[in-house]
Amino acid sequence: MSAVTDASAGPTPISGPIGRRMKRKEDPRLITGRGNYVDDMVLPGMLYMALVRADVAHAKIRSIDKSAAEAREGIYAVLTGEDIGVGAPLPMVWVPPGVEVKTPEHWPLARGEVNHVGDPVAVIVGADKYGVVDALADVVVEYDELPAVIDPEKALEDGAPLVHEDLGTNKTHEWALGGGDIDAAMSEADVVVERRIVNHRTAGAAIEPRGCIADWRADSVTLWTSTQIPHLVRLFLAGEIGLSEEKIRVVAPEVGGGFGSKLNHYAEEVLACYLSRHLGRPVKWLETRSENLATTTHGRDLIAYCKMGFKSDGTITGFHTKIVADLGAYYQLLTPFIPCFAAFVMSGCYKIPAVQTDIVGVFTNKFATDAVRGAGRPEATHAIEVMMDQGAAELGLDPLEVRRKNFIPKEDFPAEVAVGVIYDSGDYHGTLDRLLEHVDMDAFRREQEELRSQGVYRGIGFSTYVEICGLAPSRVVGPSGVGIQGGFWESAVVRVHPSGAATVFTGSSPHGQGHETGFAQIVAEKLGIEPEQVEVIHGDTDTGPFGMGTYGSRTLSVGGEAAGRAAMKVQDKAKKLAAHLLEAAPEDIELSGGRYQVKGSPDKGLPLGDIALAAYVPENIPEGMEPGLEETSFYDPENFVWPFGAHAAVVDVDIDTGKVEVSRYVAVDDCGRAINPLLIEGQVHGGIAHAIGQALFEQVVYNDEGQLVTGTFVDYALPTAAELPSFETDRTETPSPVNELGVKGVGEAGTIAATPTMVNAVIDALRPLGVTYMNMPLTPMRVWQAIQEAQGGGSGPRSTEQGRQTDEHGSGSAGSGPASPAEGGDS
Amino acid sequence: MAENVRVNVTVNGESREADVEPRLLLVHYLRDNLGLTGTHIGCDTSNCGACTVLLDGESVKSCTVLAVQADGCDVKTIEGMAPAGNGALHPIQEAFWEHHGLQCGYCTPGMIMAAADLLERNPNPTEEEVRHGLEGNLCRCTGYHNIVKAVMAAAESMGSAKGVSA
Repeated sequence: MSAVTDASAGPTPISGPIGRRMKRKEDPRLITGRGNYVDDMVLPGMLYMALVRADVAHAKIRSIDKSAAEAREGIYAVLTGEDIGVGAPLPMVWVPPGVEVKTPEHWPLARGEVNHVGDPVAVIVGADKYGVVDALADVVVEYDELPAVIDPEKALEDGAPLVHEDLGTNKTHEWALGGGDIDAAMSEADVVVERRIVNHRTAGAAIEPRGCIADWRADSVTLWTSTQIPHLVRLFLAGEIGLSEEKIRVVAPEVGGGFGSKLNHYAEEVLACYLSRHLGRPVKWLETRSENLATTTHGRDLIAYCKMGFKSDGTITGFHTKIVADLGAYYQLLTPFIPCFAAFVMSGCYKIPAVQTDIVGVFTNKFATDAVRGAGRPEATHAIEVMMDQGAAELGLDPLEVRRKNFIPKEDFPAEVAVGVIYDSGDYHGTLDRLLEHVDMDAFRREQEELRSQGVYRGIGFSTYVEICGLAPSRVVGPSGVGIQGGFWESAVVRVHPSGAATVFTGSSPHGQGHETGFAQIVAEKLGIEPEQVEVIHGDTDTGPFGMGTYGSRTLSVGGEAAGRAAMKVQDKAKKLAAHLLEAAPEDIELSGGRYQVKGSPDKGLPLGDIALAAYVPENIPEGMEPGLEETSFYDPENFVWPFGAHAAVVDVDIDTGKVEVSRYVAVDDCGRAINPLLIEGQVHGGIAHAIGQALFEQVVYNDEGQLVTGTFVDYALPTAAELPSFETDRTETPSPVNELGVKGVGEAGTIAATPTMVNAVIDALRPLGVTYMNMPLTPMRVWQAIQEAQGGGSGPRSTEQGRQTDEHGSGSAGSGPASPAEGGDS
Repeated sequence: MAENVRVNVTVNGESREADVEPRLLLVHYLRDNLGLTGTHIGCDTSNCGACTVLLDGESVKSCTVLAVQADGCDVKTIEGMAPAGNGALHPIQEAFWEHHGLQCGYCTPGMIMAAADLLERNPNPTEEEVRHGLEGNLCRCTGYHNIVKAVMAAAESMGSAKGVSA
C-alpha cells in the first residue's frame, strides 16, 4: 500500500522536486562506511576520558582515593567534583510563570552525595582507550549509604526518605492545565470510567551512544558532540566553562540517532571541555552502552489516574487525569516539563467540553527522565485511546463508533479545544475511513470468532490520534507563556553560488531524518533548480546561523519552512534581476520549468545560473540592488501544527505462554503536504517499531535498592526484525494553513499512535477470557498472569487492578522477560 | 601487561601486519589501527551488531573477536564491499539506498555485512528468513521494514545478475 490520494484536499500535483520520492542524498557515504561520527574522528595528541560512576543509588561520599589510578602509566588526570571548577550547573530551562519547581543543583561531577546509580564521581583522562578503563577500577570510593526512594507514589508519602534533604520534599512541582467545568462534566456523565494507566520508563536507545571530543586551543574550544542541539549546547557551555560564546564552536557531526535522548546537554560535554583546557590536549569521551542505559535520559515513567465521563450514547462529557511523573534524581534540560507537554493534547481528536490534567512531579533515586520520541504526546495519546476503548466496552458500544461520535468534525477547523490550543486542520473521519478501506472489520470479526473456536486468540486494536508539532510559536512556549526560557523559531540561509547551484545552511540539526534531501527538495523547487544542485549544511555553529535544533517533529514545519522562505526571498531577488536583464517588469517574470521567463513570452527567459552570474559579476544590475544572491530567514511559526491519523494492529496471543505476535500493523497518517513520501514512510515505520517495543518488550527497571537491572541490551529488549511485521502505511493529505509549505510533522507519529493500538488489540484478543485491562509492557509473563487472574477470579477482578501484579518500579522482570512462564520458574 | 602479539590479517584484500595487545578487540584493530571506521560500535554485549564484519566469509560481531583470533584470516568490512573511487556499489548497498533502508546510518554497515552473509548462505530467502537472519542486528530508526525490503530486493538483483552471467 503506498499510493496516496487525498481524503480532503484533492491530490497534490507533483511537477517539481516537492513531493518526489527522491532517494536520499545522505546515503552514498553512509552505505559505504564513509560517514563521520564522533568516534570516527582522531585528533593529534588526543586523550581519552572515562568516568567513575556510583554503584549505589543514594549515598554520601565518605572518601575518594584516586592515588592508585593516578600512579598508573599513561594516566594524565584523575579529578573529582571538588577538583573541578565549573561556572554553572547543568541547565534545566523550564521556569513556568507562577509555579515553583524545586530544582536541585546538578553538577557535572557529584559533590559530596550521589543520587542515582551511574552518578559520576570522578573523571579519568589517559593516553590509551583501554588504559583509562583499567584505571577506573583503581579509584576507591567509600560511601555512607542512604535509603533509596524508587517508587514515585511511595516517595510522596509522609516520612518517605528524601532524595534531596535540603529541598525538604520529593515533590518537584505541581502543574495543571484545563478548560471547561470538569466537575459539572463528570456529574453530567451517565458512566464515569476510571483507570490507572502506567506508562513505564523507557530508553531512547539510539544505536550510536553519546560521545564528544573537545579541543581547547589557546582561547577557544571546539566540541564535536553527538547532539540534536549544537547551538544550544554552545550557549550553555559559555556559562559553564567561562568562555565567550563566539570562542566556542560546537559541531554535531554525523549523529547516529537521537530520539530525544540527544536533545540535551550532558555533564560529559562540560567535562571534556574542562579537561582539554586543563591538559592542553584534545579529549575524547565515548559512552558505553551500559552508561547509555544508565545515564542518557529515560522517557515516559508516569502513572495516569484517568477519569472519562460518557453519556450512555458514547458522547464524552469530560476527561480528568491526575499524573504522577517520576522525574528521577536531577533534571536534565526539560525534565519537569515533559509530562506537562502531555496536557496540551489531552483532548485527543475529540470534542470534549471539559478537560483537566493535574500533574505532580516526583524525585526518585533514578536517572532523569526527559524527552524520548514523542515526549508527553505518547503518554497523552496512550491514556486517551486506551480510555476510549475501556469506555466503549463499559457502555457496550463499538469503540470506532464512540470515536466517530466524538471526532471534531472537519468543518470545525481551525478548532479550539478545551485547554485553549487551536488545532490547525484535520479530517479525523477521513483517516479512519481510509484505514477501514484496508481493514475489513466484518471479515475480521468472523475470522476472529472462527479462530477462537480453534483456541487461537486474535485481536484488533485501534487508535486515532492527533499530536502537537512544529515547536513552536515562541510567544506561546517562551518565558512568559509556557515558561521555557528560549525561542522556538528556526533559521536558514540560502546561498546561490555564481554557477546557480546552492547551499542551504540550517539551524536544524539532523540525526537520521534526511534533512539534506528534504531541504534540498524544498529549496530546489523554490529556486527552479534540481535537488542534486543543492547542498544542505547543518550542525556547525561556525558555519550557519543560530538555530534551535531538531526535536518534536519540528524540522520540516519550522526549519523547512525557514529554508523555503529564505529561498523565496532569493527567488524574489532573482526575478527582479531577471526582469532587469530581460528588460521586462519584475511582476511579469514567472519561474517555470527552471527558467525565469517573461509571462506570455517563454522564449524570453534565463536559468538561475545566468542570473546568479550577473549577481556576482554585477556590471548590469538594477540601480540600488546589492550584488550577490543570498538570503536569510528566521521563521517563528504563528501556531503549532497538528498531524493526525488512525492506526490498527492485529495480534495473536498465545494463551499458554502469554506471547503476543503482531501479525498486521496498518497506519494511515496525515502530516499535511508531503515533501518526500519515502522519508515520511521511513519515519512512520521507525515510530511504530519504537512504540511496539515499548508496548511489548522494553522497560527500564530499577530494583528496590535502585540498582538498574536493565543496564545492557541483553536486558533492555529492543525489538529485532524477527519480532516485527512489515507495516502497511497509507496517507491522506490535509495541508496545514500555518505555514506556506502546508506541512506538519511525522517523526513521532508512529510512537504516539502505536502503544494504545497494541494494548487495545491484546485486550480485544483476550476479552472472552475475562481480561479487560492491562498495563504495558505486555511481556509474556504479564499477559499470562492477566489471563490466569481473569480465569481464576470467576467473573474477573476489578479491571483497573489487572496488570499490577508485576512491579512497576521495583524488582519486576526486565523488558525482555521470560519467553514463557516456564522459563520464569512458575510452573 | 601481556606482551604484544604479531598478527597478520588480510583486510579487504590487503595483507596487514601489526603488533597488538592480546586483549585488543578486532573492532578496535579495524577502527583504530587500520582507520576503517565504517565498522561501528553500539553496545558492549554483542547484541547490536553494528560491528558486524565477514571473517573468512562468515559474519561475526567484531567486538566479540580478538584481533589475535583473526590472525591468518581474511576480513571484509563495509569499506571492502564497493571499490572506492569509481562510485560503483555492491547490490546490497544499492538496494539499501533505493529502498530507504537506513536513516541515521549507524547500524547500516553491520546490517549490510550481515545481509551479505545471509544472502551468501541463502540466496533466495523468504521475508521471514530475512527477518530471522538479521535478528542479531539492531536498528532503532527504520523499524526494519525497509531493511527487509532492501535485502529481498538485493537477493533478487543478485540472483538475476548470477542468472545473466551463468
